[in-house]
Amino acid sequence: MRALTWHGTHDVRVDTVPDPEIINPRDAIIKITSTAICGSDLHLYDGVIPGLQPGDVLGHEFMGEVVETGARSTLQKGQRVVVPFTISCGGCFHCKVEQYSACENSNPAEKQDMSATLYGQPMAGLFGYSHLTGGYSGGQAEYARVPFSDVGPIVVPDHLDDDKVLFLSDILPTGWMAAENADIQPDDTVAVWGCGPVGLFAIQSALAMGAAKVIAIDHYPHRLELARKLGAEIVNFRTSDVRDALMEMSGGIGVDAVIDAVGMEAHGFAVDNMMDIVKQKVGIGADRASALKQAILAVRFGGKVSIPGVYGGMTDKFPLGALMEKGVQLRTGQTHVQKYTKKLLDMIEEGKLDTTFLISHRLPLEDAPRGYKNFHDEQDSWTKVILKPGMETTQ
Amino acid sequence: MDDNENDGRAGLVGLGLALGGVALGAFLKTRGGATGGWADDAPGFTARRSFGKYDVVGRTVTIRKPRAELFAFWRDFSNLAGIMENLERVETKGSNGRSVWTIKAPAGRTVEVETEIVREIEGELIAWRSVQGSDIDTEGRVTFTDAPGERGTRVSLIIAYRPPAGEVGRAVAKLFLREPETQARHDLKRFKMLMETGEIATSAHNRDQTRAAKQQENA
Repeated sequence: MRALTWHGTHDVRVDTVPDPEIINPRDAIIKITSTAICGSDLHLYDGVIPGLQPGDVLGHEFMGEVVETGARSTLQKGQRVVVPFTISCGGCFHCKVEQYSACENSNPAEKQDMSATLYGQPMAGLFGYSHLTGGYSGGQAEYARVPFSDVGPIVVPDHLDDDKVLFLSDILPTGWMAAENADIQPDDTVAVWGCGPVGLFAIQSALAMGAAKVIAIDHYPHRLELARKLGAEIVNFRTSDVRDALMEMSGGIGVDAVIDAVGMEAHGFAVDNMMDIVKQKVGIGADRASALKQAILAVRFGGKVSIPGVYGGMTDKFPLGALMEKGVQLRTGQTHVQKYTKKLLDMIEEGKLDTTFLISHRLPLEDAPRGYKNFHDEQDSWTKVILKPGMETTQ
Repeated sequence: MDDNENDGRAGLVGLGLALGGVALGAFLKTRGGATGGWADDAPGFTARRSFGKYDVVGRTVTIRKPRAELFAFWRDFSNLAGIMENLERVETKGSNGRSVWTIKAPAGRTVEVETEIVREIEGELIAWRSVQGSDIDTEGRVTFTDAPGERGTRVSLIIAYRPPAGEVGRAVAKLFLREPETQARHDLKRFKMLMETGEIATSAHNRDQTRAAKQQENA
């Protein structure tokens, strides 16, 4: 089959690789009809996430048709399913308390050591990411092997086309959980750093949860415009002083909740961020966390900090004093996708959530390298790229 | 660890010193002897100390299944070949709790270790040791205790062994004793996976990769 493979920093190619096969009884094979490039794929593209190997198949936002099932799969051939990016067994302690992204059984035993050393305990398995998370082949391909297919994939009705439901695989539940982690109350003013897909969905979710005001922070005009259309007020950090603006827009109190939907490759012109960029480039690897640092200073005393943005390692010059002295609540983590898929699918079916506004480009799988390059270089206009393995020509 | 530490039938990992004359009961319970008179509640095998001629590895996992079920699986040693990567098979020998463990060695060879069960408490504990003349001088012990609430069972595995000498010893060491702590950890994780999910997770893309991965791990 054809698949998008990683070969090094800014080097991804569409190669012919072996077809996947059923290995374990709970597996299913999915023929992929739509698969997206995620902002976190750009961290892989930039080479700032450890544990990738040349030839790895990327992609963790995908959906398609069930074409083969293992003896214990509950899926049936021909069903259309969206596959969560987190692989979860459904039977361990963490799955039972709906902390699916912390599944204890999905990362193969021999792959658990590295993340256990880095983080204290091992990470769960994720599709198409890093060998820290199992080294599972991803979904930017014609076919994928899906373990624990009785737990993760959600069957979608035929009348909802791919564009409407694909984002259930990651970014929609991630935006929703980001808002949930901000513990939004009806009178809250919420500030969201980053108007990429997760930031925009977090804005949408925060408003759906009843936030009084959501303030979106970015520097790309088109992305800020999308945020405004969703109902957010916007702040462009190139033209406004974010700290002053947020103090004024929250009536001098500080914002009640902040959401860092940027993560480890934050833009910004502060001296500490420039130093962090240099360190990341020369491989002494501090995570750039300028958005998060700003967010912690902007949140009010006793406020709430939610971090859906991806980080992998360490950071320095972190405002730990502000975090403690202000008594803020901090929640973060990879998304417990399976906890949210059913509820969010219902909201899509009822017309309460529409995420198709985000899609800027649809490309054949063969054009995936161009999709990566443009999603990376032209962030203002390339807001979301969907790859269609069956598609012949570029739209 | 509330079994009787003075039970004379058991050995290294149970209590006494059947092999090598080193009293290793201490690492099961306290580290009092090693630290000058005070003891904390940390498992003995986590102590910053050496256990004489023996190397000791220990590891605990929590498995969301009843004690009796986990105990029954482990008590049939032949099941362990399914979770222990370098174990080819285990066969019972007679009815007195003796088993022969066949361990894969380089170049297609195998090494056999004969063990006897030295202590067994239904649903709680199994302890075994190699009999005199085995290629590997080893003892093992697995305990099963209820985890809080609905969390299932805590399974602790402790293995003590004396690095073997001679040609066979070196071959065995290369495999069985290669990073034994890592192996014990992986073996217990596979046990947990099999019990909780009915299968052992692999990120292999197809069946060829599964075989290749196994061969690599055994190389």
